[in-house]
Amino acid sequence: MEKFILKYFTLIRTLTAILVGIIISVVLIYLISEMPAYSIKQFFIGPLLSKGRFANVIENASPMIFCGVAIAIAFQAKQFNIGAEGAFFLSAAVGTAFAISTNMPTVLHIIMVLVVAGATGAIWGFIPGFMKARWGASELVASLMMNYIAYFGGLYLINYHFRDKDAGYLVSYKLAETAWLPQFMPGTRLHLGIFLALIFAFLGYYFLYHTTSGYEIRTTGHNQKFAKFGGMNVIKVIILAQVLSGMIAGIGGATEIMGLHRRFNWQSLPGYGWDGVIVAIIGRNHPIFIIFAALFLSYLRVGGQILNLMADVPSELVLVIQSIIIILITAEAFLSTWKNKITIKEAERVEVGNESVAQ
Amino acid sequence: MENILQVKNITMVYPTGVIANKDVSMDVKRNSIHAIVGENGAGKSTLMNVIFGKIHPQDGDVFYKGEKVNFRNPNYAIKAGIGMVHQHLMLAPDLTVAENMILGIEPKKGKIFLDTVNALETTDAVSKKYGMDVPVNKKIKDLPIGVRQRVEILKALFRNAELLILDEPTSVLTPQETEVLFETLFKLKENGKTILFISHKLSEVKKLADSVTVMRDTRVITTKDAAELTEEAIAHLMVGRDINSGRIAEPENPGKVRLSVNNLSYIDYENVQILKDINFDVRAGEILGIAGVEGNGQSELVNILTGLMRPTDGAVSVDGKNIIGMTPRQIRELRISHIPEDRMENGVADIASLEENFIVDRYYKSEFSKKGRLNWKYIKDYSVDLIKRFNILTQSSKTPTGALSGGNIQKVVVARELSSDPELIIAAQPTRGVDIGSEELIHDLLKKARDEGKAIFLISADLDEIIKLSTRIIVIYDGHITKHFTDCRDIRGMDLGPYMLGVKKEEGASGKIHS
Amino acid sequence: MNPLLSSIFSTGFAFAILRVMTPLLFPALGVAVSDLAGSVNIALEGIMLMAAFFGVIVSAFTGSLFLALIAGLAAGILMGALLGYFHLKMKADIILGAIALNMFAAGMTIFLLFLFTGDKGSTSSLQSLVFPSIEIPLLKSIPILGEIFSGHNILTYVALLFVPLFYVLMFKTPLGLRIRAVGQNPDAAESVGINVDKIKLYALMLSGLFGALGGLYLSMGYVSWFSRDMTAGRGFIAIAAATLGGNMPIGILLASLLFGFVNSIAIYIASLNVPSELIQMIPYLVTIIALAIFAIRAQRVKIKVGGEIHEHFDTGDAAIPVADPGKGDS
Repeated sequence: MEKFILKYFTLIRTLTAILVGIIISVVLIYLISEMPAYSIKQFFIGPLLSKGRFANVIENASPMIFCGVAIAIAFQAKQFNIGAEGAFFLSAAVGTAFAISTNMPTVLHIIMVLVVAGATGAIWGFIPGFMKARWGASELVASLMMNYIAYFGGLYLINYHFRDKDAGYLVSYKLAETAWLPQFMPGTRLHLGIFLALIFAFLGYYFLYHTTSGYEIRTTGHNQKFAKFGGMNVIKVIILAQVLSGMIAGIGGATEIMGLHRRFNWQSLPGYGWDGVIVAIIGRNHPIFIIFAALFLSYLRVGGQILNLMADVPSELVLVIQSIIIILITAEAFLSTWKNKITIKEAERVEVGNESVAQ
Repeated sequence: MENILQVKNITMVYPTGVIANKDVSMDVKRNSIHAIVGENGAGKSTLMNVIFGKIHPQDGDVFYKGEKVNFRNPNYAIKAGIGMVHQHLMLAPDLTVAENMILGIEPKKGKIFLDTVNALETTDAVSKKYGMDVPVNKKIKDLPIGVRQRVEILKALFRNAELLILDEPTSVLTPQETEVLFETLFKLKENGKTILFISHKLSEVKKLADSVTVMRDTRVITTKDAAELTEEAIAHLMVGRDINSGRIAEPENPGKVRLSVNNLSYIDYENVQILKDINFDVRAGEILGIAGVEGNGQSELVNILTGLMRPTDGAVSVDGKNIIGMTPRQIRELRISHIPEDRMENGVADIASLEENFIVDRYYKSEFSKKGRLNWKYIKDYSVDLIKRFNILTQSSKTPTGALSGGNIQKVVVARELSSDPELIIAAQPTRGVDIGSEELIHDLLKKARDEGKAIFLISADLDEIIKLSTRIIVIYDGHITKHFTDCRDIRGMDLGPYMLGVKKEEGASGKIHS
Repeated sequence: MNPLLSSIFSTGFAFAILRVMTPLLFPALGVAVSDLAGSVNIALEGIMLMAAFFGVIVSAFTGSLFLALIAGLAAGILMGALLGYFHLKMKADIILGAIALNMFAAGMTIFLLFLFTGDKGSTSSLQSLVFPSIEIPLLKSIPILGEIFSGHNILTYVALLFVPLFYVLMFKTPLGLRIRAVGQNPDAAESVGINVDKIKLYALMLSGLFGALGGLYLSMGYVSWFSRDMTAGRGFIAIAAATLGGNMPIGILLASLLFGFVNSIAIYIASLNVPSELIQMIPYLVTIIALAIFAIRAQRVKIKVGGEIHEHFDTGDAAIPVADPGKGDS
């Protein structure tokens, strides 16, 4: 039993954090709602009750997966780059601009937009990456600034050069159909983007855990001095991690436009970069776990929206739960006494075992 | 003269089970300069920390000014009048001298505000009183290290220290700064202060101290008037070993020169000369040991040899090829491996698995990866094989390295560094803090490598290890080589001691082979 | 005259800069105080939001401006203390902890808004009191200066007053000295008997206090209601302003003025079909360039002092204590 707990401690800890979050949400609903049983049902199983809602869950998870994987690659190198938000937004804008200005057959068009968006994101990751690796400038502050520059730059590009003046509100022209990612389930807006997201999650996993570059990134994150001692060029590694991070976020941005909106229609930052941080933390920076974390978060969000519409509880309940889960997962002290007790117990047991073997 | 401090029968065992002080007793006379000398690991720092209230011994008592004391933490020791000047100075770099002086006991104006004028004046007054000039209004970061140290001493005096403890105060100073420090310490003695200092440099001890306590292997060997002891006698007491025991079989005839170090010098960013004109060769099939008290330039030397640092001057070549300016990987490609002195800092990533720790220097080679794709199956088999061959105790090859015991972690490092088929092995403190079993295993492995014709450069603060393994020995003191022993068959610790402690010095000594 | 230029050179424009600057200056000082103590506080966004909310709620329900002020300040200080608790006691990474707190504030304010008012939309149906605007007797009658500097909300004057106050606090009081010492060398501070965690906690609480004033200004000065996410990223812009200002009060004031200037221009010229976005981008560009220059200079100093030739130099410790996001332990 102790062995099992120690082996899966991280998982148990994460699940406990989620459980605490859910319990608190139930308590909050009881406090606030006139019809708590109905509200709780809507919140927890509402997303399962119709095809459209469940499609929403999956549709929302897609950008979260992209940004989560992007953030995870930077975090694995121990780089606090929170620039996924900016890379996502700007790449969506640049991708839109490119898609509108070019004419190509459909598959090629889609691929080229993804390439352009990926390159935009890569440049966006490179700048803070270079500043950190070469000069030691805080990547947190740098990437935060880059988010704003991306925001205003993206708005400028769309509002002044690609604005559809007939639309009546601030949006870009519609993309040519050749640049649309197909929506495949009638009655929903589910589009191929979710598969792209899954592919990138698997690629991200493969890259981090099965390639030499991924190994370099993780080793640099584990112990930079050790990586240098072993002969790695940690400057290159840090830059690479941030470039890839930006690239994946960028591709995610273009995917959203091509699959869901078919035109650029954001006037504020959509917040997927921050969602990426959340799912990266819940998924422990592992791209495969991030898929589940994104689905979980997206499920909560859709549940929250249903709650907002159908019941008398604001959807912001989800933000409260999220924050509690994040705090519990990141707080090292959470459950650490318990773990220490078990470790000591296990160590004693092993010791006794060894002694009997020795005799 | 009465005693200001008495330590009686102190025994200190750390939670890890390491015994650091065994039945230690010592008297320090009021208004004297008292030196404590001993090899690395003799227990000096532990004793100082016990006196200062940082750690609490299992057994024994400390008497200060005739009263039994038991300081709960250093703040109580400071209040009682004991001041400590650490090797790493405890100063805030962006604060001025005066601000650092008054930190924690700030003079106030109108109950809320800092009385800056008062701070400057008192700092000035204290520095005048003891004749230690400091620029009161300058920031610490703009001052040379000798002046910073003076601020640290003044800080203690300002807190009414009567007993000042200095931990290797000269190790970071230039010779000129050292002179100034000595004058200061004499002045403080005139002012009625008592000074207790740790040192490895016996010339300094002779010059400064009224009495000397010699520690060896966790015990106090003796406390005597400095006048009664010659430097040679102190060195003898410190090192103690008269017999040459456990030396392992002599090597075959060494082969050609693999590593050649010529006129190597290194000046660090505090402008202190760390290495001075170092020359030596290491041949295939021999172990060249470098003996010396830690902090005499060994770490920097190793970092230069492995490409982690660049020298100020001089040349290093491996098989005739200059390696200065090469990256660590390029140097490793020349079949050089490196057992680092601090395994947790450089040697392993503790949260990564054993597998990931084994491949850090070779993951890109064709057995381990093809076209950038890691072959985990091979890596696993390879790791399991290393675990078996090097007798590493672990649950599996996927266990996080940090979960292993110290000895086993060191075996992970040694296994990696010896399995890369090196021609030159740079082994720094290869058995530090490991159990006897692991130590023997590592010694056997090094000997085996030597017999296979590898060149080995051994850096160790453990004299027994140096004597047991080395074909030849060079001794380093204060950044330069003070002696070269070409025949080590009958060498004893006491032969090395005087050269390690700066008592004796052979002019122009070098570890070069003259054939 | 060019309509743009004539707007810029109008006293109304200068007045607007001060107005827009106020909710940046407060949190920027907040960022600086915790930064000087060695902890990065990116929770100002949440701190401001909480203070803005509680100020409005308490003023609406009690009708007392004083109680509203107290409630807002308490909310901000509590948020700072909470971050300190998570970071110092629960050993959570301070950046991730702050991200969580920002989320918590965004969620909790709306949640409570609904609980108190039944309004789950953005604006409150409650009428909030506002902090008064003040005409400064003599200054008021001076032609141009009067128009620019008189008649502001009292909190704008408080913000300006906080610039020298911040200097005095950080550089002329024992607490400030200790905060800076803790930020520069915690071991040194501890060696003279200073409780490092306690000082860091105080700094975060001060940070919360500064942020709270910014939040109160937003909901009870700038406008007179609370709305969802009304801070609109000002807590993050504050990080830029503090960085650009080098954590020094005058620098922060100038940086806040720059951000205020640019934002005011953006409002003014929105109608002129001039790309305001590009102008709004400028302060962030300036900040990122400043960040690079600061970093290069810091490295130069290190190398110059060193004379050490570092081929494979350290990427060094960031200005930010980076925990291990990989495992969630630091």
